[in-house]
Amino acid sequence: MKNTFDENAERKAWMSLLAKAPEGRVAALLDAALTRPDFTWLRAPEIGSTMLRGRAGGTGAPFNIGEMTVTRCALTLPSGEVGHAYIQGRRKADAEAAALVDALMQGVHATAIRDAVLKPLETEQAGVKTARVQKTAATKVEFFTMARGED
Amino acid sequence: MYVAVKGGERAIESAHAWLAEERRGDKSVAELSIAQIREQLKLSVDRVMAEGSLYDPDLAALAIKQSRGDLIEAIFLIRAYRTTLPRFGVSEPMNTGAMECDRRISATFKDLPGGQVLGPTFDYTHRLLDFKLAADGEVPEAPTRDAALGDVPHVTEFLNQEGLIEEAPLDDTPPPDLTREPLEMPAERALRLQALTRADEGFTLGLAYSTQRGYGRNHAFVGELRIGTVAVEMDIPELGFTIEIGEITLTECETVNQFKGSKTEPPQFTRGYGLVFGQSERKAISMALVDRALRWEELGEDNVGAPAQDTEFVLYHADNIQATGFLEHIKLPHYVDFQSELELVRKLRREAGAGRYQEAAE
Repeated sequence: MKNTFDENAERKAWMSLLAKAPEGRVAALLDAALTRPDFTWLRAPEIGSTMLRGRAGGTGAPFNIGEMTVTRCALTLPSGEVGHAYIQGRRKADAEAAALVDALMQGVHATAIRDAVLKPLETEQAGVKTARVQKTAATKVEFFTMARGED
Repeated sequence: MYVAVKGGERAIESAHAWLAEERRGDKSVAELSIAQIREQLKLSVDRVMAEGSLYDPDLAALAIKQSRGDLIEAIFLIRAYRTTLPRFGVSEPMNTGAMECDRRISATFKDLPGGQVLGPTFDYTHRLLDFKLAADGEVPEAPTRDAALGDVPHVTEFLNQEGLIEEAPLDDTPPPDLTREPLEMPAERALRLQALTRADEGFTLGLAYSTQRGYGRNHAFVGELRIGTVAVEMDIPELGFTIEIGEITLTECETVNQFKGSKTEPPQFTRGYGLVFGQSERKAISMALVDRALRWEELGEDNVGAPAQDTEFVLYHADNIQATGFLEHIKLPHYVDFQSELELVRKLRREAGAGRYQEAAE
Protein backbone atom coordinates (compact mmCIF):
# COMPACT_ATOMS: atom_id res chain seq x y z
CA MET A 1 0.00 0.00 0.00
CA LYS A 2 2.54 2.58 1.11
CA ASN A 3 4.90 2.16 -1.84
CA THR A 4 2.09 2.42 -4.38
CA PHE A 5 0.88 5.64 -2.78
CA ASP A 6 2.99 8.02 -4.82
CA GLU A 7 2.56 6.54 -8.25
CA ASN A 8 -1.19 6.51 -7.73
CA ALA A 9 -1.45 9.89 -6.06
CA GLU A 10 -2.64 11.65 -9.19
CA ARG A 11 -5.27 9.09 -10.02
CA LYS A 12 -6.45 9.00 -6.41
CA ALA A 13 -6.89 12.75 -6.55
CA TRP A 14 -9.01 12.77 -9.70
CA MET A 15 -11.12 9.80 -8.66
CA SER A 16 -11.81 11.53 -5.34
CA LEU A 17 -12.70 14.74 -7.14
CA LEU A 18 -15.08 12.91 -9.50
CA ALA A 19 -16.77 11.08 -6.60
CA LYS A 20 -17.61 14.35 -4.85
CA ALA A 21 -18.92 16.21 -7.92
CA PRO A 22 -22.56 17.34 -7.82
CA GLU A 23 -25.15 15.29 -9.69
CA GLY A 24 -24.86 15.56 -13.48
CA ARG A 25 -21.82 17.85 -13.39
CA VAL A 26 -19.16 15.40 -14.62
CA ALA A 27 -21.37 14.29 -17.51
CA ALA A 28 -22.06 17.90 -18.52
CA LEU A 29 -18.37 18.83 -18.51
CA LEU A 30 -17.37 15.64 -20.29
CA ASP A 31 -19.95 16.03 -23.05
CA ALA A 32 -18.94 19.65 -23.57
CA ALA A 33 -15.32 18.56 -24.00
CA LEU A 34 -15.63 15.72 -26.51
CA THR A 35 -17.86 13.09 -28.04
CA ARG A 36 -17.97 10.12 -25.70
CA PRO A 37 -15.85 7.23 -26.96
CA ASP A 38 -17.28 3.74 -27.33
CA PHE A 39 -16.60 1.50 -24.40
CA THR A 40 -17.34 -1.96 -23.05
CA TRP A 41 -18.72 -2.54 -19.57
CA LEU A 42 -16.50 -4.63 -17.33
CA ARG A 43 -19.02 -4.06 -14.58
CA ALA A 44 -22.28 -2.33 -15.41
CA PRO A 45 -23.26 0.39 -12.90
CA GLU A 46 -24.60 -1.13 -9.70
CA ILE A 47 -25.88 0.35 -6.48
CA GLY A 48 -24.75 -0.92 -3.11
CA SER A 49 -23.48 0.30 0.20
CA THR A 50 -20.34 0.91 2.19
CA MET A 51 -20.22 0.57 5.95
CA LEU A 52 -18.78 3.74 7.42
CA ARG A 53 -16.54 3.63 10.45
CA GLY A 54 -15.52 6.08 13.10
CA ARG A 55 -13.16 5.74 16.04
CA ALA A 56 -14.11 5.78 19.71
CA GLY A 57 -12.96 9.09 21.14
CA GLY A 58 -12.06 10.20 17.60
CA THR A 59 -8.73 8.38 17.72
CA GLY A 60 -9.33 4.99 19.38
CA ALA A 61 -10.77 1.67 18.29
CA PRO A 62 -12.97 1.67 15.17
CA PHE A 63 -16.74 1.14 15.30
CA ASN A 64 -19.49 0.98 12.68
CA ILE A 65 -21.66 4.08 12.34
CA GLY A 66 -23.94 3.09 9.49
CA GLU A 67 -23.89 2.59 5.77
CA MET A 68 -23.83 4.96 2.82
CA THR A 69 -25.22 4.31 -0.66
CA VAL A 70 -22.54 3.92 -3.31
CA THR A 71 -22.65 3.39 -7.07
CA ARG A 72 -19.79 1.65 -8.83
CA CYS A 73 -18.90 0.56 -12.34
CA ALA A 74 -15.92 -0.32 -14.52
CA LEU A 75 -15.44 -0.02 -18.25
CA THR A 76 -12.76 -0.35 -20.89
CA LEU A 77 -12.06 1.81 -23.92
CA PRO A 78 -11.21 0.33 -27.36
CA SER A 79 -7.65 1.59 -26.79
CA GLY A 80 -7.47 -0.60 -23.69
CA GLU A 81 -7.62 1.83 -20.77
CA VAL A 82 -9.77 0.67 -17.87
CA GLY A 83 -11.84 3.23 -15.97
CA HIS A 84 -13.34 2.69 -12.53
CA ALA A 85 -15.83 4.68 -10.53
CA TYR A 86 -16.96 4.45 -6.91
CA ILE A 87 -19.19 7.37 -6.06
CA GLN A 88 -21.48 8.31 -3.20
CA GLY A 89 -25.23 7.98 -3.77
CA ARG A 90 -27.42 6.16 -6.25
CA ARG A 91 -26.19 7.76 -9.49
CA LYS A 92 -25.60 5.34 -12.35
CA ALA A 93 -25.22 8.01 -15.06
CA ASP A 94 -22.72 9.88 -12.89
CA ALA A 95 -20.77 6.68 -12.23
CA GLU A 96 -20.58 6.05 -15.97
CA ALA A 97 -19.30 9.57 -16.64
CA ALA A 98 -16.76 9.30 -13.81
CA ALA A 99 -15.45 5.94 -15.08
CA LEU A 100 -15.14 7.36 -18.59
CA VAL A 101 -13.16 10.32 -17.30
CA ASP A 102 -10.98 7.94 -15.28
CA ALA A 103 -10.25 5.89 -18.40
CA LEU A 104 -9.69 8.92 -20.65
CA MET A 105 -7.28 10.41 -18.12
CA GLN A 106 -5.01 7.41 -18.70
CA GLY A 107 -4.86 7.92 -22.48
CA VAL A 108 -4.02 10.49 -25.12
CA HIS A 109 -6.87 12.80 -24.15
CA ALA A 110 -5.56 13.30 -20.63
CA THR A 111 -4.55 16.92 -21.05
CA ALA A 112 -7.81 17.91 -22.72
CA ILE A 113 -9.87 16.13 -20.06
CA ARG A 114 -7.86 17.66 -17.26
CA ASP A 115 -8.51 21.16 -18.59
CA ALA A 116 -12.13 20.62 -19.55
CA VAL A 117 -13.35 18.44 -16.66
CA LEU A 118 -11.01 18.21 -13.69
CA LYS A 119 -9.90 21.82 -13.46
CA PRO A 120 -13.43 23.30 -13.56
CA LEU A 121 -14.53 20.71 -10.98
CA GLU A 122 -11.65 21.67 -8.73
CA THR A 123 -12.45 25.37 -9.05
CA GLU A 124 -16.14 24.78 -8.35
CA GLN A 125 -15.53 22.58 -5.32
CA ALA A 126 -13.01 25.06 -3.94
CA GLY A 127 -15.55 27.87 -4.45
CA VAL A 128 -18.27 25.99 -2.56
CA LYS A 129 -15.87 25.25 0.30
CA THR A 130 -14.61 28.83 0.50
CA ALA A 131 -18.16 30.20 0.64
CA ARG A 132 -18.92 27.86 3.52
CA VAL A 133 -15.71 28.64 5.37
CA GLN A 134 -16.45 32.37 5.06
CA LYS A 135 -19.89 31.93 6.59
CA THR A 136 -18.40 29.78 9.32
CA ALA A 137 -15.70 32.37 10.00
CA ALA A 138 -18.36 35.05 10.46
CA THR A 139 -19.78 33.02 13.38
CA LYS A 140 -16.45 32.75 15.19
CA VAL A 141 -16.62 34.14 18.70
CA GLU A 142 -14.16 36.91 19.57
CA PHE A 143 -13.93 36.88 23.33
CA PHE A 144 -12.87 40.00 25.11
CA THR A 145 -12.47 40.49 28.81
CA MET A 146 -14.09 43.46 30.48
CA ALA A 147 -11.65 45.34 32.69
CA ARG A 148 -12.91 45.01 36.21
CA GLY A 149 -12.43 47.89 38.60
CA GLU A 150 -10.65 46.80 41.75
CA ASP A 151 -10.89 49.02 44.81
CA MET B 1 -48.64 -15.11 18.85
CA TYR B 2 -51.01 -13.93 16.17
CA VAL B 3 -52.86 -16.02 13.65
CA ALA B 4 -53.39 -15.23 9.99
CA VAL B 5 -57.00 -14.49 9.24
CA LYS B 6 -58.55 -14.04 5.83
CA GLY B 7 -61.29 -11.73 4.70
CA GLY B 8 -59.68 -8.33 5.12
CA GLU B 9 -58.32 -8.00 1.61
CA ARG B 10 -60.82 -5.51 0.25
CA ALA B 11 -60.74 -3.46 3.45
CA ILE B 12 -56.93 -3.34 3.36
CA GLU B 13 -56.88 -2.21 -0.26
CA SER B 14 -59.36 0.54 0.44
CA ALA B 15 -57.42 1.58 3.55
CA HIS B 16 -54.21 1.91 1.54
CA ALA B 17 -55.93 3.88 -1.20
CA TRP B 18 -57.31 6.26 1.40
CA LEU B 19 -53.88 6.49 3.03
CA ALA B 20 -52.42 7.61 -0.32
CA GLU B 21 -55.13 10.25 -0.62
CA GLU B 22 -54.62 11.49 2.95
CA ARG B 23 -50.88 11.59 2.38
CA ARG B 24 -51.43 13.98 -0.50
CA GLY B 25 -53.83 16.08 1.56
CA ASP B 26 -55.72 19.03 0.11
CA LYS B 27 -54.95 19.07 -3.61
CA SER B 28 -55.30 22.83 -3.78
CA VAL B 29 -52.06 22.96 -1.73
CA ALA B 30 -48.87 22.39 -3.73
CA GLU B 31 -47.33 18.95 -3.39
CA LEU B 32 -44.02 18.59 -1.52
CA SER B 33 -41.04 17.59 -3.61
CA ILE B 34 -38.24 15.34 -2.39
CA ALA B 35 -35.80 18.21 -2.95
CA GLN B 36 -37.89 20.51 -0.75
CA ILE B 37 -37.85 17.99 2.09
CA ARG B 38 -34.13 17.35 1.63
CA GLU B 39 -33.26 21.05 1.64
CA GLN B 40 -35.81 22.52 4.05
CA LEU B 41 -36.42 19.72 6.55
CA LYS B 42 -32.77 18.82 6.73
CA LEU B 43 -32.72 17.95 10.42
CA SER B 44 -35.56 15.45 9.94
CA VAL B 45 -33.62 13.99 7.02
CA ASP B 46 -30.52 13.78 9.23
CA ARG B 47 -32.41 11.95 11.98
CA VAL B 48 -33.84 9.45 9.52
CA MET B 49 -30.38 8.78 8.10
CA ALA B 50 -28.81 8.40 11.56
CA GLU B 51 -31.41 6.04 12.99
CA GLY B 52 -32.11 4.39 9.65
CA SER B 53 -28.37 3.68 9.57
CA LEU B 54 -28.04 4.69 5.92
CA TYR B 55 -26.56 7.94 4.66
CA ASP B 56 -28.56 9.03 1.62
CA PRO B 57 -30.40 12.37 1.93
CA ASP B 58 -32.65 11.78 -1.08
CA LEU B 59 -33.82 8.40 0.17
CA ALA B 60 -34.43 9.78 3.65
CA ALA B 61 -36.47 12.64 2.16
CA LEU B 62 -38.50 10.16 0.12
CA ALA B 63 -39.11 8.07 3.24
CA ILE B 64 -40.31 11.16 5.13
CA LYS B 65 -42.74 11.98 2.33
CA GLN B 66 -44.00 8.42 2.13
CA SER B 67 -44.45 8.21 5.90
CA ARG B 68 -46.32 11.53 6.04
CA GLY B 69 -43.65 12.91 8.33
CA ASP B 70 -43.77 10.02 10.82
CA LEU B 71 -40.02 9.78 11.37
CA ILE B 72 -39.99 6.34 12.98
CA GLU B 73 -42.03 4.99 10.05
CA ALA B 74 -39.51 6.69 7.73
CA ILE B 75 -36.62 5.10 9.61
CA PHE B 76 -38.36 1.73 9.21
CA LEU B 77 -38.56 2.26 5.42
CA ILE B 78 -34.85 3.13 5.28
CA ARG B 79 -33.86 0.12 7.38
CA ALA B 80 -35.88 -2.15 5.08
CA TYR B 81 -34.30 -0.65 1.96
CA ARG B 82 -30.83 -0.92 3.48
CA THR B 83 -31.13 -4.69 3.74
CA THR B 84 -31.57 -4.94 -0.05
CA LEU B 85 -28.20 -3.34 -0.82
CA PRO B 86 -25.13 -5.44 -1.55
CA ARG B 87 -22.26 -4.23 0.60
CA PHE B 88 -19.24 -3.17 -1.46
CA GLY B 89 -16.95 -2.77 1.51
CA VAL B 90 -16.14 -0.79 4.62
CA SER B 91 -14.65 2.68 4.80
CA GLU B 92 -11.40 3.60 6.45
CA PRO B 93 -12.22 4.91 9.94
CA MET B 94 -13.21 8.51 9.29
CA ASN B 95 -10.81 11.15 10.53
CA THR B 96 -12.98 13.61 12.42
CA GLY B 97 -9.85 15.57 13.34
CA ALA B 98 -9.73 16.65 9.69
CA MET B 99 -13.39 17.65 9.67
CA GLU B 100 -14.29 20.82 7.77
CA CYS B 101 -16.24 22.30 10.64
CA ASP B 102 -19.42 24.35 10.26
CA ARG B 103 -19.65 24.47 14.02
CA ARG B 104 -17.16 23.78 16.76
CA ILE B 105 -17.59 24.74 20.37
CA SER B 106 -16.11 23.77 23.69
CA ALA B 107 -17.78 24.35 27.03
CA THR B 108 -14.56 23.65 28.90
CA PHE B 109 -11.82 25.59 27.12
CA LYS B 110 -12.44 29.15 26.01
CA ASP B 111 -9.35 29.79 23.93
CA LEU B 112 -8.57 26.90 21.69
CA PRO B 113 -6.80 26.64 18.33
CA GLY B 114 -9.40 27.05 15.61
CA GLY B 115 -11.62 29.00 18.01
CA GLN B 116 -15.23 28.76 19.07
CA VAL B 117 -17.34 28.74 15.93
CA LEU B 118 -21.11 28.83 16.32
CA GLY B 119 -22.25 27.81 12.84
CA PRO B 120 -25.96 27.67 11.92
CA THR B 121 -27.30 27.04 15.42
CA PHE B 122 -30.66 27.42 17.20
CA ASP B 123 -28.72 28.40 20.35
CA TYR B 124 -29.26 32.02 21.41
CA THR B 125 -32.45 32.28 19.35
CA HIS B 126 -35.44 33.47 21.38
CA ARG B 127 -37.67 30.51 20.59
CA LEU B 128 -40.43 32.88 19.58
CA LEU B 129 -42.51 31.86 16.58
CA ASP B 130 -41.32 33.74 13.54
CA PHE B 131 -44.39 34.72 11.55
CA LYS B 132 -42.21 36.05 8.75
CA LEU B 133 -41.62 32.40 7.79
CA ALA B 134 -45.35 32.00 7.24
CA ALA B 135 -45.35 34.93 4.83
CA ASP B 136 -42.52 34.63 2.33
CA GLY B 137 -39.34 32.64 2.14
CA GLU B 138 -36.90 35.42 1.34
CA VAL B 139 -33.86 35.31 3.61
CA PRO B 140 -30.93 37.69 3.56
CA GLU B 141 -27.52 36.20 2.76
CA ALA B 142 -25.60 35.17 5.86
CA PRO B 143 -22.65 37.43 6.66
CA THR B 144 -19.25 36.24 5.58
CA ARG B 145 -15.74 36.93 6.78
CA ASP B 146 -12.59 36.53 4.82
CA ALA B 147 -10.70 34.25 7.13
CA ALA B 148 -9.37 30.78 6.97
CA LEU B 149 -10.16 28.64 9.97
CA GLY B 150 -6.98 26.66 9.69
CA ASP B 151 -6.54 23.40 11.49
CA VAL B 152 -9.16 22.53 14.03
CA PRO B 153 -7.52 19.88 16.23
CA HIS B 154 -9.52 17.90 18.76
CA VAL B 155 -9.58 19.71 22.08
CA THR B 156 -8.54 16.67 24.07
CA GLU B 157 -5.49 16.11 21.87
CA PHE B 158 -3.71 19.37 22.55
CA LEU B 159 -4.88 20.02 26.08
CA ASN B 160 -3.70 16.75 27.45
CA GLN B 161 -0.03 17.47 27.98
CA GLU B 162 -0.46 16.96 31.70
CA GLY B 163 -2.07 13.58 31.11
CA LEU B 164 -5.12 14.64 33.08
CA ILE B 165 -7.51 13.41 30.42
CA GLU B 166 -7.90 9.78 29.55
CA GLU B 167 -6.39 8.96 26.14
CA ALA B 168 -8.02 7.07 23.30
CA PRO B 169 -5.00 5.23 21.88
CA LEU B 170 -5.06 4.17 18.24
CA ASP B 171 -6.30 0.64 17.81
CA ASP B 172 -7.20 -1.22 14.65
CA THR B 173 -9.22 -4.14 15.98
CA PRO B 174 -11.98 -4.79 13.43
CA PRO B 175 -15.26 -3.91 15.14
CA PRO B 176 -18.25 -6.23 15.48
CA ASP B 177 -21.26 -5.31 13.32
CA LEU B 178 -24.74 -5.68 14.76
CA THR B 179 -26.27 -5.57 11.29
CA ARG B 180 -24.46 -8.84 10.54
CA GLU B 181 -24.31 -10.62 13.90
CA PRO B 182 -27.09 -10.60 16.47
CA LEU B 183 -26.49 -8.18 19.34
CA GLU B 184 -25.20 -10.26 22.24
CA MET B 185 -24.02 -9.53 25.74
CA PRO B 186 -21.50 -8.68 27.02
CA ALA B 187 -21.21 -5.91 24.43
CA GLU B 188 -17.82 -4.32 23.96
CA ARG B 189 -17.58 -0.57 23.47
CA ALA B 190 -17.44 -0.70 19.65
CA LEU B 191 -20.73 -2.59 19.59
CA ARG B 192 -22.30 -0.25 22.14
CA LEU B 193 -21.28 2.78 20.07
CA GLN B 194 -22.82 1.27 16.92
CA ALA B 195 -26.06 0.56 18.78
CA LEU B 196 -26.11 4.06 20.31
CA THR B 197 -25.44 5.97 17.10
CA ARG B 198 -28.53 4.38 15.48
CA ALA B 199 -30.57 4.42 18.72
CA ASP B 200 -33.78 6.35 19.13
CA GLU B 201 -33.01 9.98 19.86
CA GLY B 202 -35.74 10.32 22.47
CA PHE B 203 -34.71 7.19 24.36
CA THR B 204 -31.04 8.20 24.30
CA LEU B 205 -31.89 11.72 25.44
CA GLY B 206 -34.01 10.40 28.32
CA LEU B 207 -31.26 8.08 29.51
CA ALA B 208 -28.60 10.79 29.20
CA TYR B 209 -30.82 13.16 31.16
CA SER B 210 -31.26 10.54 33.86
CA THR B 211 -27.48 10.42 34.37
CA GLN B 212 -27.43 14.20 34.80
CA ARG B 213 -30.20 13.99 37.39
CA GLY B 214 -28.25 11.50 39.48
CA TYR B 215 -29.01 8.02 38.16
CA GLY B 216 -25.41 7.00 37.57
CA ARG B 217 -24.10 10.54 37.80
CA ASN B 218 -20.83 11.14 35.99
CA HIS B 219 -20.88 14.92 35.68
CA ALA B 220 -20.21 15.59 32.03
CA PHE B 221 -18.82 18.72 30.43
CA VAL B 222 -18.99 19.13 26.69
CA GLY B 223 -15.25 19.11 26.00
CA GLU B 224 -15.98 19.58 22.35
CA LEU B 225 -18.88 19.54 19.95
CA ARG B 226 -18.25 19.75 16.24
CA ILE B 227 -20.43 19.52 13.14
CA GLY B 228 -19.04 19.45 9.63
CA THR B 229 -18.08 17.38 6.63
CA VAL B 230 -15.65 14.51 6.58
CA ALA B 231 -14.34 12.67 3.53
CA VAL B 232 -15.20 8.98 3.22
CA GLU B 233 -12.22 6.92 2.08
CA MET B 234 -12.42 3.34 0.97
CA ASP B 235 -9.83 0.86 -0.16
CA ILE B 236 -10.74 -0.31 -3.67
CA PRO B 237 -9.47 -3.89 -4.06
CA GLU B 238 -9.43 -3.81 -7.88
CA LEU B 239 -7.27 -0.68 -7.80
CA GLY B 240 -5.06 -1.58 -4.86
CA PHE B 241 -5.33 1.85 -3.28
CA THR B 242 -7.66 4.05 -1.28
CA ILE B 243 -9.80 6.79 -2.78
CA GLU B 244 -12.34 9.24 -1.45
CA ILE B 245 -15.76 8.03 -2.52
CA GLY B 246 -17.77 10.84 -1.00
CA GLU B 247 -18.25 13.27 1.80
CA ILE B 248 -20.74 13.23 4.65
CA THR B 249 -21.88 15.46 7.48
CA LEU B 250 -21.21 14.23 11.01
CA THR B 251 -21.83 15.55 14.49
CA GLU B 252 -19.24 14.62 17.07
CA CYS B 253 -19.35 15.18 20.81
CA GLU B 254 -16.65 14.48 23.32
CA THR B 255 -17.48 14.83 26.95
CA VAL B 256 -14.95 15.30 29.69
CA ASN B 257 -16.15 13.72 32.89
CA GLN B 258 -15.12 14.03 36.49
CA PHE B 259 -13.50 10.88 37.75
CA LYS B 260 -12.13 10.37 41.22
CA GLY B 261 -10.10 7.35 40.23
CA SER B 262 -10.72 3.70 40.98
CA LYS B 263 -8.90 0.52 41.82
CA THR B 264 -7.53 0.40 38.27
CA GLU B 265 -7.41 4.02 37.09
CA PRO B 266 -5.75 7.17 38.53
CA PRO B 267 -7.85 10.28 39.20
CA GLN B 268 -8.30 11.96 35.84
CA PHE B 269 -10.91 13.20 33.46
CA THR B 270 -12.54 10.39 31.53
CA ARG B 271 -14.34 10.71 28.23
CA GLY B 272 -17.64 9.84 26.64
CA TYR B 273 -18.04 9.81 22.88
CA GLY B 274 -20.87 10.56 20.49
CA LEU B 275 -20.71 10.45 16.70
CA VAL B 276 -23.86 10.68 14.61
CA PHE B 277 -24.77 11.07 10.93
CA GLY B 278 -25.87 14.55 9.95
CA GLN B 279 -26.40 17.58 12.13
CA SER B 280 -27.77 16.26 15.38
CA GLU B 281 -26.11 17.66 18.46
CA ARG B 282 -28.83 16.68 20.93
CA LYS B 283 -28.32 13.08 19.88
CA ALA B 284 -24.51 13.29 19.83
CA ILE B 285 -24.35 14.78 23.35
CA SER B 286 -26.87 12.19 24.60
CA MET B 287 -24.85 9.39 23.03
CA ALA B 288 -21.66 10.63 24.70
CA LEU B 289 -23.32 10.73 28.12
CA VAL B 290 -24.78 7.24 27.76
CA ASP B 291 -21.50 5.89 26.35
CA ARG B 292 -19.70 7.25 29.41
CA ALA B 293 -22.28 5.79 31.81
CA LEU B 294 -21.95 2.36 30.18
CA ARG B 295 -18.17 2.44 30.68
CA TRP B 296 -18.47 2.04 34.46
CA GLU B 297 -17.13 -1.48 34.40
CA GLU B 298 -13.96 -0.89 32.36
CA LEU B 299 -13.18 2.18 34.52
CA GLY B 300 -13.71 0.23 37.73
CA GLU B 301 -16.59 2.40 38.92
CA ASP B 302 -19.43 1.18 41.12
CA ASN B 303 -22.57 -0.05 39.51
CA VAL B 304 -25.18 1.95 41.37
CA GLY B 305 -27.97 0.15 39.53
CA ALA B 306 -28.84 3.13 37.34
CA PRO B 307 -30.70 2.32 34.10
CA ALA B 308 -28.01 4.07 32.03
CA GLN B 309 -25.36 1.72 33.48
CA ASP B 310 -27.25 -1.41 32.44
CA THR B 311 -25.82 -2.32 29.02
CA GLU B 312 -28.41 -4.97 28.33
CA PHE B 313 -31.30 -2.70 29.28
CA VAL B 314 -29.94 0.20 27.22
CA LEU B 315 -28.97 -1.69 24.07
CA TYR B 316 -32.01 -3.97 23.92
CA HIS B 317 -34.45 -1.07 24.23
CA ALA B 318 -32.72 1.70 22.30
CA ASP B 319 -33.72 0.60 18.80
CA ASN B 320 -36.98 2.23 17.82
CA ILE B 321 -37.65 -0.16 14.97
CA GLN B 322 -37.34 -3.24 17.16
CA ALA B 323 -39.41 -1.52 19.82
CA THR B 324 -42.08 -0.37 17.38
CA GLY B 325 -42.27 -3.79 15.77
CA PHE B 326 -42.92 -5.56 19.02
CA LEU B 327 -45.11 -2.85 20.49
CA GLU B 328 -47.34 -2.44 17.47
CA HIS B 329 -47.73 -6.12 16.73
CA ILE B 330 -50.16 -6.38 19.65
CA LYS B 331 -52.71 -4.49 17.60
CA LEU B 332 -52.74 -7.27 15.01
CA PRO B 333 -55.34 -10.03 15.36
CA HIS B 334 -54.78 -12.11 18.50
CA TYR B 335 -58.22 -13.72 18.38
CA VAL B 336 -57.09 -17.25 19.18
CA ASP B 337 -54.73 -16.10 21.93
CA PHE B 338 -57.42 -14.04 23.50
CA GLN B 339 -59.99 -16.79 23.12
CA SER B 340 -57.77 -19.13 25.15
CA GLU B 341 -57.22 -16.46 27.82
CA LEU B 342 -60.97 -15.95 27.97
CA GLU B 343 -61.51 -19.68 28.45
CA LEU B 344 -58.89 -19.72 31.18
CA VAL B 345 -60.46 -16.85 33.14
CA ARG B 346 -63.90 -18.47 32.84
CA LYS B 347 -62.49 -21.75 34.07
CA LEU B 348 -60.73 -20.12 37.03
CA ARG B 349 -63.88 -18.32 38.01
CA ARG B 350 -65.90 -21.55 37.84
CA GLU B 351 -63.37 -23.34 40.01
CA ALA B 352 -63.17 -20.59 42.59
CA GLY B 353 -66.93 -20.42 42.81
CA ALA B 354 -68.57 -17.70 40.84
CA GLY B 355 -70.88 -16.90 43.74
CA ARG B 356 -68.13 -15.33 45.77
CA TYR B 357 -67.32 -12.82 43.07
CA GLN B 358 -70.97 -12.13 42.49
CA GLU B 359 -71.33 -11.24 46.15
CA ALA B 360 -68.35 -8.95 46.13
CA ALA B 361 -69.66 -7.20 43.05
CA GLU B 362 -72.94 -6.44 44.79
